[in-house]
Amino acid sequence: MFLINCPYCGERDQQEFKAGGEAHIERPKQPTELSDDEWAEYLFMRKNIKGVQFERWNHAHGCRKWFNMARDTSNDEIKAIYKIGEKPPTQ
Amino acid sequence: MTQNLRVKSSEFIDETNRISFKFDGKTYYGFKGDTLASALIANNIHLVGRSFKYHRPRGIMTSGSEEPNAIVQVNPSSNITEPNARATEIEIYEGLEASSQNCWPSVNFDIGGINNFLAPLFPSGFYYKTFMWPKSFWEKYEFFIRHSAGLGKSPATKDPDIYDHRNIHCDVLVVGAGISGILAAKNAAKNNFKTLLLDEKNELGGSTIFEANEDNKINNNLASEWLKKEINELKNIKNLEVKTRTSVAAYHQYNYLLARENLTDHLDKKDKKNKIRQRLLKIRAKKVILATGALERPLIFNNNDRPGIMLSSAIKKYSNFYGVVCGTKNIFFTNNDSAYESALSLYNKGIKVEAIIDIRENSDTKIIKKINDVGIKIYWSHTIVDTRGYKRISSISIMRLSNDGTSVTGSKISISCDCLGIAGGWTPAVHLYTQSGGKLTFDDERKIFIPKADTKEQISVGSCGGDFELDEIIRNLNYKLKNFLNINKTDFDSIALENDHETSKRNIWLLPSDQSIGKTKPFVDYQNDATAKDIKLALREGFRSIEHVKRYTTTGMGTDQGKLGNMHALGIIADTAGVKMGELGTTTFRPPYTPLTFGTIVGRNVGEFFDTFRRTPMNDWHIKNKAEFENVGQWKRSWYYPKEDETMHQAVQRESKAARQSAGILDASTLGKIDIQGSDASEFLNRVYTNAWSKLAIGKCRYGLMLNEDGMVYDDGVTTRLGENHYIMTTTTGGAANVLGKLEDYLQTEWPELDVYLTSVTDHFATASLCGPNSKKILNKIIPDLDLSDDNFPHMSFKEVLIDKIKCRIMRISFTGELSYEINAPASYGEAIWQKCIEAGKEFNITPYGTETMHLLRAEKGFIIVGQDTDGTMTPIDLQMDWIVSKKKYDFIGKRSLYRSDTMKEDRKQLVGLLTEDPNIVLEEGAQIVSELNQKPVEMLGHVTSSYFSPNLNKSIALAVVKGGKSMMGRKLFVPMENKNISVSVANTVFYDEKNERLNA
Repeated sequence: MFLINCPYCGERDQQEFKAGGEAHIERPKQPTELSDDEWAEYLFMRKNIKGVQFERWNHAHGCRKWFNMARDTSNDEIKAIYKIGEKPPTQ
Repeated sequence: MTQNLRVKSSEFIDETNRISFKFDGKTYYGFKGDTLASALIANNIHLVGRSFKYHRPRGIMTSGSEEPNAIVQVNPSSNITEPNARATEIEIYEGLEASSQNCWPSVNFDIGGINNFLAPLFPSGFYYKTFMWPKSFWEKYEFFIRHSAGLGKSPATKDPDIYDHRNIHCDVLVVGAGISGILAAKNAAKNNFKTLLLDEKNELGGSTIFEANEDNKINNNLASEWLKKEINELKNIKNLEVKTRTSVAAYHQYNYLLARENLTDHLDKKDKKNKIRQRLLKIRAKKVILATGALERPLIFNNNDRPGIMLSSAIKKYSNFYGVVCGTKNIFFTNNDSAYESALSLYNKGIKVEAIIDIRENSDTKIIKKINDVGIKIYWSHTIVDTRGYKRISSISIMRLSNDGTSVTGSKISISCDCLGIAGGWTPAVHLYTQSGGKLTFDDERKIFIPKADTKEQISVGSCGGDFELDEIIRNLNYKLKNFLNINKTDFDSIALENDHETSKRNIWLLPSDQSIGKTKPFVDYQNDATAKDIKLALREGFRSIEHVKRYTTTGMGTDQGKLGNMHALGIIADTAGVKMGELGTTTFRPPYTPLTFGTIVGRNVGEFFDTFRRTPMNDWHIKNKAEFENVGQWKRSWYYPKEDETMHQAVQRESKAARQSAGILDASTLGKIDIQGSDASEFLNRVYTNAWSKLAIGKCRYGLMLNEDGMVYDDGVTTRLGENHYIMTTTTGGAANVLGKLEDYLQTEWPELDVYLTSVTDHFATASLCGPNSKKILNKIIPDLDLSDDNFPHMSFKEVLIDKIKCRIMRISFTGELSYEINAPASYGEAIWQKCIEAGKEFNITPYGTETMHLLRAEKGFIIVGQDTDGTMTPIDLQMDWIVSKKKYDFIGKRSLYRSDTMKEDRKQLVGLLTEDPNIVLEEGAQIVSELNQKPVEMLGHVTSSYFSPNLNKSIALAVVKGGKSMMGRKLFVPMENKNISVSVANTVFYDEKNERLNA
């Protein structure tokens, strides 16, 4: 059970949050111009890496804001939390 | 009954408080402070159960939560019965009853004992090997397996006890109140950390508290005497909460721990009443100190499981703590010094120790000199090759070990005994450490897995961290504690420590016998009857991964999770396969550390508190009018309103007719409602719905279909434009929360530039849906001033009106195909408005109808229900709803996916109507559809999604998804059922009023 530092509310129990999968996958601006493969890449393909992964989280039972998290999937260490629109940390 | 096996009184046992209890129907006596195990031993009872597979007689092996054998059924004949309880943990109380498990007719004469002689028929994996053939016999096997599976019996009635949950936040949590835990907790609290100290036992002090070794001294006192003074001081320390009988079950990420606090199990029956039995503590700690100690290991040798064979440390605890003698002729078998301490403390109490068998060549510590001085015979470099005694050990055979430890030599010596203490060294209790994500490292010299690293938030101290000698424990604890808590000094900085150090070590995972391994029974997992032989067989059959060997042999899969034997299993695998133990790794330590009862896990969330439920403002009226309810998500919705003896079918048929012939009324309050405002609201709707919204006039309503990005239908509903920048969206009842979540997601992450605000108003409005040809007349009676003409108030439009000064929104929209009005009133006036409609409708025989009639009426019209006729694989095209997909819009959620090669396939499952050849047969929802009856295997074309008997058409109707169904109009298909094949034909999805004339009737 994580302790997640919501950038708007502070530290809260994981129960209040919803995970939203991999982050930084931008919806294509012109979907109709993409090939089936390109659209499938956006729609279905996810990295699911072992190590530091950038993912989306939503404070569903709190402020309802979405934000991003850098989490090491091998040990569940939360490396960083940052707002939507902000660049992922480099380290 | 006499208890002649008590030694001089123990300070932990209250001999003035005699307690009677029953075991296997017979009454015995013990004292307050006894566990069931210690009281049974005091009554000279060692045989307490039968083993799982071979039904071998088994006795008490340990004195704690690691017990594999002495597991009993508590209060067997009552509704508070509990299976698989460890006799070593049950504190006796007046009225306690317990019985042996896994034996019939009794533990002394057990029919299943024959399995012991059939052992060659039960090798590892015998389930997989035996029950595979012939296939048709499976049902017969299943009966047999179900009867022999499991140990105790689970209670058959409702648990009458009360359980509770409590959230705790603390600065420092200390798990385990042995000497390390006590010193850590005391010093944390003294330095102003809010500290919680937990221990699974009823007494503080761990194993030090009954330590009698005079060579282990603190400040010139016996370690136990010194520790008692420390414990006495605990109650005066602020910031410190101490809980005994509290076992930590799970250690999750970020220092979140679950512990079970046992509050009443030890109380007399009369004192348990109306009290909380157990409490689940949900602890979030800033820092955690693990001081969980170590578990003594057994030794693995032939027939090492007889009653009377016990851990050496357990024998010491029974005599020093409970004042109970385990045997009158004792032998110890060891690979380290700790058995000598047990032997000496027995000797000092006047109990006979026949011999000590030691696999080491020698050792020269003080304790061994003392044993020599008192004349106890030590057999160095010897091992036990066999034991005898069926229901209690009676003798052992020993032989000399070869230098490499793989065989035995010389002549066999037989020694009689009634108790054998085994000491195979110590295994740090790293269960909680690894549950938290910690990695282990293997110390090859000492043959133990120890925590690889402490962190800023967690340390392991004492023997669970790999420190076994007193001075080492205290020194390392002091150093670690200062760093961890960032403090300069502790109150045990300068205590004087004196203790002996063990020098000689020898470890042999599987001890050899003079017989071939095939003829021996060296048990590794006592509870599951897995032997070293089984493990070797698994390796011969090709299993390599420790996780696979575990599952194949069931080693470590009992209720004790192999706390005793898992290390030996690993060692035997490593030795046999020729790999290093450190490289082999361990199996996963999973929560809970000791079993939890379901009651503790669910706490107060039982019965009506199991889940939250939501009721509409009209709920009382529904109850008064005898509605039957159905669960829709968390909502309780009226399902149908039976009159007198009506069946559900009769009620629904009546309601359905009434709604079409005169007037019906439905409580539609549960539909999700989202208020949408902002200058980009229209653009937003354009992007989330498949159809166009910009041109919708103010005061008009429109049906919308929402897709996922993969093109599949996600939700639907009517949205009304209330103002230039103001809409109210309705969603399905079950989809409301998810739709809001999805819309917020897009707004926040993909389109933050849009000026749109979303507010859930589902609970703010109550909705009465008035339906049928007379609905206009009823509404006219309620609001005479409102012009209800089709010109002023046409289909798909909205009016805001006052009803008795209450501002209501009325939408003229229809889910039944009849003329209908949905009246939305502020929730608190919901019942009043509903009542008003009922009153006004009396002269038209207005009929309240529930969800079942609503479903039937909409099916007559071929309107879909998202989630019933769709399942996340249906596009609007599959649903024959092409008309709602805008061709002009550049983009909307899911648009691109509608042009993928897969979604454009002609033979996708498509929604069609189905009519049965015999109009009286109603298809079963979910029934499969085929085109051929004589072909095998037959291709399933699809399935029935909605099916009803329509009273308005006087025939059965159904909706179904069928592969390529759109091009099958009129085609004959079959629905094969268990007893008959039903002929059906593919039809249009709209069965009733295809031209929509009734909307304006």
